Amino acid sequence: MSAGLIPLPLAAGPVIPTFGQASNCIVQNHQFCASWFFDNFSSRFEPRLVEHLELSAIAVGIGSVIAFTAAIIAYKQDWFETPFSLLAAFLYTIPSLAFFELMVPITGINRFSAEIALVSYTLLILFRNTLTGLRGVSRPAIDAAQAMGLTPAQSLVRIELPLALPAIMAGLRIAAVTTISLTTVAAFIGVGGLGSLIFDAIQTGFKTEFIGAGVLAILLALVVDLVLVIVQRAITPWSRRRLRGA
Amino acid sequence: MHAFVDAFHFFFNNLSLFDDKTVAHLEISLASIAVATVISIPLGVWLGHLHRGAFLAINASNIGRALPSLAVISIGIGILGIGFVNVLVALVILAGPVILTNAYVAVDGVDRDAVEAARAMGMSSTQVLTRVELPLALPLIFAGLRTATVYVVATATLATFAGGGGLGDIIVNEPTYGTAGVIAGSLTITVLAFAMDGLLALVQRFVTPLPLRRQGRGEAAAGVDPTVQPASSPF
Repeated sequence: MSAGLIPLPLAAGPVIPTFGQASNCIVQNHQFCASWFFDNFSSRFEPRLVEHLELSAIAVGIGSVIAFTAAIIAYKQDWFETPFSLLAAFLYTIPSLAFFELMVPITGINRFSAEIALVSYTLLILFRNTLTGLRGVSRPAIDAAQAMGLTPAQSLVRIELPLALPAIMAGLRIAAVTTISLTTVAAFIGVGGLGSLIFDAIQTGFKTEFIGAGVLAILLALVVDLVLVIVQRAITPWSRRRLRGA
Repeated sequence: MHAFVDAFHFFFNNLSLFDDKTVAHLEISLASIAVATVISIPLGVWLGHLHRGAFLAINASNIGRALPSLAVISIGIGILGIGFVNVLVALVILAGPVILTNAYVAVDGVDRDAVEAARAMGMSSTQVLTRVELPLALPLIFAGLRTATVYVVATATLATFAGGGGLGDIIVNEPTYGTAGVIAGSLTITVLAFAMDGLLALVQRFVTPLPLRRQGRGEAAAGVDPTVQPASSPF
């Protein structure tokens, strides 16, 4: 057994950070020192926020490519669904904290380890939603495409995939918010992101940091979710029209 | 494979440790699910009965899903401090919306003809709810409860960061328990989640009215699974 090194942030900075003049609020560790938060936002919070977004975006991007390809294969070749689903479902059941930790002895303390776990969690969500979407395309639409002389590949690209877009986008939303949530946990192995501020705060007990980092992570998830809803509506205008008519 | 053998050795050599941590893990999980159930099921059933508040009830699980649990726990530490209550609140926020959405969809989706027939037979609104809507909705309500339970048992791992105890204590303490401990802890959580799911599946089957049970051919009703979104969702 390798004695893996988990970088517990034991040797974190000073108990209460002293950035410039410590105000009364900081010294007494009040619930939320807004002025400290805004003064230190660009130096302390913003870089972590950007890191968090990067880590999540890379995971969802890679996860999408893998799951999307797998879903199209499973759509065309039925036998492929079961093995890929089983693999994705197995990965999905591993407790996140343990997954990140167990990657460390194998791939080291780096972003790569975190991304492997993060990508793994997106697979089940994206695969299931994409496949459900593709299978939900109405038969007459496919028959019409065929009757008009489209090859199966053309039908897939021009008819089936566009019609499956609402389901695919719905899966993407779920995968995105799930990944943002899990990225906070990934900070446990020291890859940065907003979670690292939370783990710092666990060492220091600094309440403003607890609340600031927590609120930023929640806002990030909600904003990304909202942006994806807007994108979903913009690229599938027909589904909105149908809903209104219903 | 070697790692798994070590994990099993670790588990059987530390049974009392696992006993303690599993009990703590179950305590916090069950308490959270109980609180979430008490809040969400009456609300969801009531809204579904009135066929109102679809936007709130359906989007509750969208919003709930978007809230990172560690972030909620973090804010909780800032406001409530470290301990059981903080973790309880975070897990209730995780479980509540899923249960609410399923309860709403279950009651709202009861066959309108059945409800009309009950009314025509002279049942009051309350009788319609308790004798027609609830029995027909129970399988779906339970499906929501099952999904929420699996989420809560898995997420209760994070309780360790807020001093809430549980099996997360073993997983984060790799320096003490080693890789074998981490794997053994994860396996215990996974088994626990599946066991709870199986247990609730049994209860779900037991509370499903007989005709529905036959109709479903023993298949458990599929609830609103947060990992698969119906494409026609209004939001």
